[in-house]
Amino acid sequence: MAYDKFNILTSSAVPLPIENVDTDQIIPARFLKATERKGFGDNLFRDWRYNADGSPKEHFVLNNPIYSGKILVGGKNFGSGSSREHAAWAVYDYGFRCVVSSFFADIFRNNCLNVGVLPVQVSAGFLDKIFTAIEADPETELKIDLSEQSITILATGESENFEINGYKKQNMLNGFDDIDYLLNIKKDIEVFAENTPL
Amino acid sequence: MGLLKIDLHSYLNFESLQNLIDTMSKTLFDKVWDSHVVKHIENGPDVLFIDRHLVHEVTSPVAFLGLKNRGIKVLYPERTFATADHNTPTLNQHLPVKDQLSANQLRALEENAAAHNIPYWGLGHEKNGIVHVIGPENGITAPGATIVCGDSHTSTHGAFGAIAFGIGTSEVEMVLSTQCIMQPKPKKMRININGSLSKAVTPKDVALFIISKLTTSGATGYFVEYAGDVFKNMSMEGRMTVCNLSIEMGARGGMIAPDEKTFEYIKGREYTPKGADWDNAMAYWKTLYSDSDAVFDKELTFEASEIEPMITYGTNPGMGMGIKNDIPLAEAVEGGVATYKKSLEYMAFHEGDAMIGKPIDFVFLGSCTNGRIEDFRAFASIIKGRKKAENVTAWLVPGSHRVEEAIKEEGILDILHEAGFELREPGCSACLAMNDDKVPAGKYAVSTSNRNFEGRQGPGARTLLASPLVAAAAAVTGKVTDPRELMEEAFA
Repeated sequence: MAYDKFNILTSSAVPLPIENVDTDQIIPARFLKATERKGFGDNLFRDWRYNADGSPKEHFVLNNPIYSGKILVGGKNFGSGSSREHAAWAVYDYGFRCVVSSFFADIFRNNCLNVGVLPVQVSAGFLDKIFTAIEADPETELKIDLSEQSITILATGESENFEINGYKKQNMLNGFDDIDYLLNIKKDIEVFAENTPL
Repeated sequence: MGLLKIDLHSYLNFESLQNLIDTMSKTLFDKVWDSHVVKHIENGPDVLFIDRHLVHEVTSPVAFLGLKNRGIKVLYPERTFATADHNTPTLNQHLPVKDQLSANQLRALEENAAAHNIPYWGLGHEKNGIVHVIGPENGITAPGATIVCGDSHTSTHGAFGAIAFGIGTSEVEMVLSTQCIMQPKPKKMRININGSLSKAVTPKDVALFIISKLTTSGATGYFVEYAGDVFKNMSMEGRMTVCNLSIEMGARGGMIAPDEKTFEYIKGREYTPKGADWDNAMAYWKTLYSDSDAVFDKELTFEASEIEPMITYGTNPGMGMGIKNDIPLAEAVEGGVATYKKSLEYMAFHEGDAMIGKPIDFVFLGSCTNGRIEDFRAFASIIKGRKKAENVTAWLVPGSHRVEEAIKEEGILDILHEAGFELREPGCSACLAMNDDKVPAGKYAVSTSNRNFEGRQGPGARTLLASPLVAAAAAVTGKVTDPRELMEEAFA
């Protein structure tokens, strides 16, 4: 599914300094019944965000108006658990284009890259600096430059580089998806399949 | 390294030496992965050919929609299999599904399967069941194969020496449309456990033990091979339980080299090769082991005697311990104290608490982790001649109709009934609680499933992961109980 190109993102960020945030928290299973990719942002972090009666939980960061922006900053091992891509959809649909953490679970990272959310893995030390900067000023901005593979805390100028494989980087910069690539090498695949018994 | 003795001059060029190294010192994982690479992208992922693709109702509809929007069909429907499991009721499956959204999703899969000529084993079909239970049952799972499904517990199929892993919906769309997936090759880890398991220590305990040592992110970026006496001596179903839980330590998958036990299990199943094809397949399958000088990026070794019957006390599967231990103090735990305290607060447990004796409300036996016949046999061995505790609601959910049949044929159903238990119909059920099988807020469930995340078994539900033996002991005592005590009584 096509998504917007990603190049440079400068935005304030929403801090979620909790470790091992699993995809059941990002989007609980009972919201996976849709047959279309619509409305998942409304249920992002549903049970941390709302009480059982639907009223917002005041202490949760998404309900705190002083925090906003297109970047979500999470604790270590973000996105563990279920492979549900709905988690990445919910993050995207809510309005985030980038998730920053010191460590990502594999499937969630792949899913993000496939739906146009950039996972930016930073060192534990740099993650602490980001949390500190946001705590000092919730409007502080981060600049994420995909071409340069860098993330910068604009208020302090502190910067760090992040990894992304060259192929995925080009896809994100151009808004391409893997199926476009695979359909272009379909002949190779068919030859391979003929030589691969069931 | 035997290779050092080779006379390099006898080889024409570096490439042939490289080929020799490639053929002489590969891990099991390398052998299967490398033989499925259609194309390697420089500074990018491999294009990996997928032999078999399992599809279920929850993670597929948007993928099929993608195909529709692109105007393309499923490339190899004969390599694709669909079942309904995640979002299905476990009572009255013969009646229309009441929940409209669930019914829509089931209908969408049925229609998509029909439109693309994919075999569909929906509700009521004799082959219906949890995707990772029916794959092996029907011989879809094969050694040396690449298998994917839009479900993280696809790692289960690694028990047969397959590379099997969970994927997201965009990737489901990729595989439907091109039978390939784009993945960077993971690093390799081997986990060795030698010696003999103690009494009442099951494959589930082995897995929970490993995860408690590695944490939920300890194997992220790796594909794991399990090796050593414990896995050699384990049944195929036990191996499935262990490989199933690989994802819970962050690994994309886990695998065990196929052996006679593997071949014996798959022989004669519907999708298993027959005749000359079987002989050819066997010749290949017998090459599937890690060479003695193969190198792993990481290797860990444990002793079987270290492992006790396990139970979890927190909100991720790494928060587990021997059932007789006390909940660790925050200061003794690696990682964030705040996250740890938040977890115990959710569970309403305290540092230093004993788990033994804690009252429980629900017991769930089932899931792709522990929903097979051996799990029901283990459960029955404890509850036989006892009664279900009055304070306990028990959901016993077979992994498939085949498992359900075996439960009846072996007389296990009678044992369950005599003890006051009922058997439900197959499905994922309370493992992820998409259907009505939800544990109420604040209640405790001893569950044989795979995840104890906040709200996993229902909003506010509190999950204690354990083996079928521990679940059975809790079901008849109404509290967390060491199953060895009940086994001793039985033997006394």
